[in-house]
Amino acid sequence: MIRTFLQRAPMRRLLIVLGVVAVVELITGPPGSNQYPTSGFTGSYAEAASFFGLFRTQRWVEFLALALVAWGIVEFWTRYGATIRSRGSLALAGPRQVSAKRPVRVGFALVLLVFGILLPHIVNNAFWQSALVTYVAIYVLLAIGLNVVVGFAGLLDLGYVAFYAIGAYTTAWVTGALPTPPPFGHALDAFWAIPFAVVFVVIAGVLLGAPTLRLRGDYLAIVTLGFGEIITIFANNLYGITGGSTGTKQIPHPVFHVGPIKYTWGLAPVPYYYLALGSVVLFLIIFSLLQRSRVGRAWTAIREDEVAAESLGINPLKFKVMAFAVGAASAGFAGVITASADNFLFPSSFTLTFSINILVLVILGGMGSISGVVVGAIIIQVVQAYLNHTPPAGYQQPDLYIYVGALLITMMIFRPAGLIPSRQRRREITLYEKSHEGHPDEVLLGDDV
Amino acid sequence: MGSFGHYLATHFDTLKSEFWFLFVGGVANGLLYAMVAVGYTLVYGVLRLINFAHSEIFMSGGFAGYFVLRAMVGATVPTGFMSVLIIVLGIAAAGTAGAAAATLVERVAYRPLRRRRAPQLAYLISAIGASYFLFNLAGKEFGHLSVGDPQPYINHTVFTIFGAPVLMYDLIILVVSVVMFLALDWLVGRTRLGRGIRSVAQDAETASLMGVNIDRTIAITFIVGGALGGVAGFLYGLNIGVVYNMGFIPALKAFTAAVLGGIGNLRGAVVGGLLLGIVENLCVVFVQAAYIDVVAFGILVLVLLVRPTGILGERLGRTA
Repeated sequence: MIRTFLQRAPMRRLLIVLGVVAVVELITGPPGSNQYPTSGFTGSYAEAASFFGLFRTQRWVEFLALALVAWGIVEFWTRYGATIRSRGSLALAGPRQVSAKRPVRVGFALVLLVFGILLPHIVNNAFWQSALVTYVAIYVLLAIGLNVVVGFAGLLDLGYVAFYAIGAYTTAWVTGALPTPPPFGHALDAFWAIPFAVVFVVIAGVLLGAPTLRLRGDYLAIVTLGFGEIITIFANNLYGITGGSTGTKQIPHPVFHVGPIKYTWGLAPVPYYYLALGSVVLFLIIFSLLQRSRVGRAWTAIREDEVAAESLGINPLKFKVMAFAVGAASAGFAGVITASADNFLFPSSFTLTFSINILVLVILGGMGSISGVVVGAIIIQVVQAYLNHTPPAGYQQPDLYIYVGALLITMMIFRPAGLIPSRQRRREITLYEKSHEGHPDEVLLGDDV
Repeated sequence: MGSFGHYLATHFDTLKSEFWFLFVGGVANGLLYAMVAVGYTLVYGVLRLINFAHSEIFMSGGFAGYFVLRAMVGATVPTGFMSVLIIVLGIAAAGTAGAAAATLVERVAYRPLRRRRAPQLAYLISAIGASYFLFNLAGKEFGHLSVGDPQPYINHTVFTIFGAPVLMYDLIILVVSVVMFLALDWLVGRTRLGRGIRSVAQDAETASLMGVNIDRTIAITFIVGGALGGVAGFLYGLNIGVVYNMGFIPALKAFTAAVLGGIGNLRGAVVGGLLLGIVENLCVVFVQAAYIDVVAFGILVLVLLVRPTGILGERLGRTA
């Protein structure tokens, strides 16, 4: 009897909400240690806490109250959500159609660009000015690059950090900061690392892609992951070439020197922000032009149905390798900017975690949607910068990845196409799910390709 | 080239003299890889996907075993019956923790997507999310530093083969893993439950028409694979110690082993695990220890490119 009662839909939802809120309490609670492994748990539920600043109570009371409120919202939404949504989308239909018009989009982009240019003068705060570079701009650059691979071509690349590392190490090599002698025998400005880095990451992308991109999606993910690890291991251990685990601390600031024009970047973060912003804009233009070109359509075709694309004369391998190489280019760029802005690099910063973090930026905004990815990257990176700058009680830096993991699962369950999905991508997912709907007991994934 | 010849000659001499010593260590490692690889292969059989969160199932087993050891092992190293009891309890706890973690992953990260018939990329991403969530949560609750397991037995040499010592630890791994493999082989090959698993692996739709409860079969597959993975985590932790991200590298190698033997093929997973463990250990002679992981990834890439079906071939449900 209890079982049938618990199996009724509202009760099931209550249980799920209770579970979710219990997890939220745990991950926002105090940390434990291997000496006191239970202290994190007891502290999360049985500790006195301020109830949203109103009064003090035990955390589990707060937890129950929160759960009930959340349950109420969930119940309300399941009952009335559909109506609200349909009215809301009617109201939104007008503006959406306007926003699809080209002059409106370009105008909007220009307004955003002006805002981006003025931004460092609006935030008149040393931390946030440098965070704009180290937390936001660099990551936007990385995210739009990975979006080409994951979003446009539908290839899950878990070794994306390798390209970023190659960009950073190329900078160190070109400027003579590594044990390896620089090219042409003498050190160049960090600015000249850019062409080298782009060439190297594109070569690396082709070298890695050509043999591995024949593989199925899940195998590709593992192989790219292994590739990322191999790059880190080599960077860590080839003392004579990369400087080993201590990396290097002698990368000079970039200098732009062509003819009479000479500009030197220094310690101040704002000039780097403009360098990064410039690269972001450059890559945004390249990638959105590519998306609308023959190449972009070929990527979409391969992503939707590789066999059909092949039968139309598209060579999938060629275009996949191209996606890898093009996506890698912006990571190489980001590597150059980071290395020359920081003046140092350590192999320990190029980890799998890093690749996953970039993947999260892409997924939150919406795979394949350039504007979505930019917005998603900005949101997550600003939150991360805020948390690192002013950590709430009990928060340690690695805790971020707990939230990241939870976010990935939640997005895949509720909004797989992202916050601002590309229209095409959302249609693909719905069509895919619809086309498999007729088989109530089918559990296998549709395509084994 | 002369120096390279010299390099090979001296290293082959070392290999000859150290062969059995490295072989024993390789077999022990390989059996652990095999226990994890079986989990990948089982899940792959019924869902056609790589369970990226399997590394965290391994980690849960490691921690469960660690807590049992902490509670049971006193100031002096236990011997005799007490050792056996503690190890059995540790195995039970680790197996349970692994199965629980696997069930959790299946319910939260996979089942909702299965209900919606999501595309493959969505599964991979939500599994990565689950893995991230679990190991970083472990880091938050149990600290980010590695800690050694209290030893429940004296790790002495039990006997020698060709002069190479076989330690108590190696023997425990051998006995536990062989028992578990035999049990698994019986479960999948001889029981009603196993027939269900195999039928779902062959053709889920038809199996459901024949009355196989697919949700239940998938849940049980995760439990079985999770239990093995958890026990492997415990045995691994006995020697290496436990830490929140302990699962990452062993799981990646176990995946390599599963692919090497032929994914979906249980016996293949065992063969692949043993082979990888032995080859990897013998490579210690030729490359620095730091590059051992590169060897494993190199093998993975090579197998996927040259023979993606593995040594024994992919066998989804045809035989165990």
